[in-house]
Amino acid sequence: MTINNNKIKSNNLFWNLFKSIKLTVVVLILLAATSVIGTLIPQNGTEQFYVQKYGEVFFKLFSSLDIFDMYNAWWFVLLLIILSINIIVCSIDKLQTTWKIIFPDKVAFNIERFRRLKHKEEFESPLNIEDIEGKYLSFIEKNFGIAVKESISIKDGGDNNGVADVAIFGEKGRWTRIGVYVVHLSILLMLIGAVIGGIWGFKAFVSIPEGETVDTAFLMDNNTPVKFGFNLKCNSFSVKFYDTGQPEEFKSNLTVIEDGKESITKDIVVNDPLRYKGLSFYQSSYGIDSAKNVLFKITSKESGMTYSQKMEFGQTIDIPESGGRFTLIEFVHGYNFRGHNLGEGFIGKFSENKSADNKLPKDNALLNNESLERDKTDKEKPIQDKENSEVEIYIPIKFPTFDKMRGGAFAFEIQDYDKKYYTGLQITKDPGVWYVYIGFIFMIIGCWITFFMSHQSICVEIRKKAERGCNIVVSGTANKNSQGMKLKVAKIAAKMQQI
Amino acid sequence: MNHSIILSITTFVYAFASVLYIGSWTFKKEVMAKTGFFILVTGFIGNTIGIILRWIESYKIGYGHAPFSNMYESLVFFSWTVAALYIFVEIKYRERIIGVFATPLVFLAIAYASLSPSISDKITPLIPALKSNWLIAHVITCFLGYAGFAVAFGFSIMYLIKPIELNTESRTLENKGGKNQINSLFAKLPPLDVMDELTHQMVMFGFLFLTIGIITGAVWANSAWGTYWSWDPKETWSLITWFIYAILLHLRMMRGWHGKRIAWVSIVGFMAVLFTYFGVNLLPGLHSYA
Repeated sequence: MTINNNKIKSNNLFWNLFKSIKLTVVVLILLAATSVIGTLIPQNGTEQFYVQKYGEVFFKLFSSLDIFDMYNAWWFVLLLIILSINIIVCSIDKLQTTWKIIFPDKVAFNIERFRRLKHKEEFESPLNIEDIEGKYLSFIEKNFGIAVKESISIKDGGDNNGVADVAIFGEKGRWTRIGVYVVHLSILLMLIGAVIGGIWGFKAFVSIPEGETVDTAFLMDNNTPVKFGFNLKCNSFSVKFYDTGQPEEFKSNLTVIEDGKESITKDIVVNDPLRYKGLSFYQSSYGIDSAKNVLFKITSKESGMTYSQKMEFGQTIDIPESGGRFTLIEFVHGYNFRGHNLGEGFIGKFSENKSADNKLPKDNALLNNESLERDKTDKEKPIQDKENSEVEIYIPIKFPTFDKMRGGAFAFEIQDYDKKYYTGLQITKDPGVWYVYIGFIFMIIGCWITFFMSHQSICVEIRKKAERGCNIVVSGTANKNSQGMKLKVAKIAAKMQQI
Repeated sequence: MNHSIILSITTFVYAFASVLYIGSWTFKKEVMAKTGFFILVTGFIGNTIGIILRWIESYKIGYGHAPFSNMYESLVFFSWTVAALYIFVEIKYRERIIGVFATPLVFLAIAYASLSPSISDKITPLIPALKSNWLIAHVITCFLGYAGFAVAFGFSIMYLIKPIELNTESRTLENKGGKNQINSLFAKLPPLDVMDELTHQMVMFGFLFLTIGIITGAVWANSAWGTYWSWDPKETWSLITWFIYAILLHLRMMRGWHGKRIAWVSIVGFMAVLFTYFGVNLLPGLHSYA
């Protein structure tokens, strides 16, 4: 930057505001304080929930401040933008000075700076300066990388008893001053990644029953359909439990089908998603979609005999004892019986043989037409064709004696069945994630450099004593961790004494 | 010998070490701090063996996972990390007595794990969300971060309690080579600027590892749930903690804050750490298991 540039900047109100550390501290305090709100007030709930919890007045107040989605609220985003500008301006401002220190025209050592240090290590050597200076120089060079030997000028009190005294300077880690800028850059990279993800990425959800194929998912925010650009088939889903009853594993076997060809098949579990063409498919939930291999137990009221029959959906069987015909229609998740949900079960159509017709109890009509109303209202109501005495019956899984209450000639119950699951997948696309990950790496490296590495310089002053030998003073300084440097100087001095 | 017996004994060993450190401070006897250090190291060895045995036992039961999956295990590990870090600092900086407020934290964490009726020490199987190689990296780095802040907290308390006038005395004594004044406790204590520097070192250590802990958590979340950040209360509180210590570092490095003021910020930061660790369990969220 030129001097002219600097002048403009120092007069610039904007620049002065944003280069201030006070602003950084204020923004960080505000970010920390406001972030607390979102952990106390549940985020992204329904209006109903909030009105019930906080009342109408607070609901209106909170929603006008976007408190219910505060991490996306304009004022929270504004804080992040101010922080970003603050980081950029501060870094540019400071980097001008730091750059000159990291890449100086000429590395100069000032002996006075070392003499002023509070902490020094002093010892004596019986040898003469010229016998030890070479050894010390190579020792400092070995420990610091850079070492120079200079004669102490007369101005600095160098001429002692006719022999020029010597100072050895060493330094290392000049470049470590860049560390803090790496940290700042990493924060910007993460924020850029978050913005990219927010604009070009999405989160969607889809549930796929076992054996079925989909090519579309629905956005979590507003249910908009999103096409994958290929087909995804769920071959199977399985759930395993520990003997304690805790879930052990949820697993879906998925196949990607592109242009009619299977391109990959993969088992996904909670920590191992399927990644394909920029989309990631995560195991997110599951449920029972339907059933297969349903085993019925059919009890004849007249003979008391029981029969077992395995059935698939749509299959029609002849009931033994010429009782009629039974068709298995579908699986239902719930069934409303006199105000109670009887849970999962099967719907079947039973055409009773006419000879059995007159045995129907009087409340049969009531059972079928009024009280029994299936959850799926879009489907046709239970039909009772009096001619063929065809009834639609519900056979619950949990209550095996339920169908007996119907009082028909035959009672149906479920003996066994295999669950047919659906798998719930979360689908994400996040093109910004790589910026964030590079930011992560920079953050760790930058923090390490900033905290644990420093620009250290050391000075070994060797002065001739009046008679024989010389006096040695070791002092050192670092731009960080003065305590650590003090210990290091002591260690170096102790080692030098043994040379 | 199973792990729970060893860890119970460890609790008492840590208690003894804390008593010795506190005693060395109260009764002005350096020998107590010296003994305390060896007792602390003994407790640390017991703690290590306890964790390893629990790990092995979980494999014998057939669950087979690292012992970092519930509150009991995390508290035992928290004790271990604070003890490890403190021992390292005492050896590295050759300062005794500075464990007065750090060692009780080691004891309190493991005592809370063993004695609290709401914390079960049963080995339980791992739920699917925790089955990942990231578990070990995430937990270890987070707890090293917490440990750094805990030790910094101990030093900060010491800094605030230590009377200033006496410190100037200790410095003059030190300068005069006052090693003969063994009876003066405050002559023994490291001068304030050393305490200040140590607090700063511990905060930086904690900050680096909290950062890595948050990052490993984010990468893990991205592989498990498809999002690296979801503003779950634990995530948010760890970020709040991160903000507070970031403020501390900027105040110190850029505004020249030190001493008492930094000590107070470090104490506030540690309160945030405690809330991130314990308080968040009261709030709903994805971390409800730990």
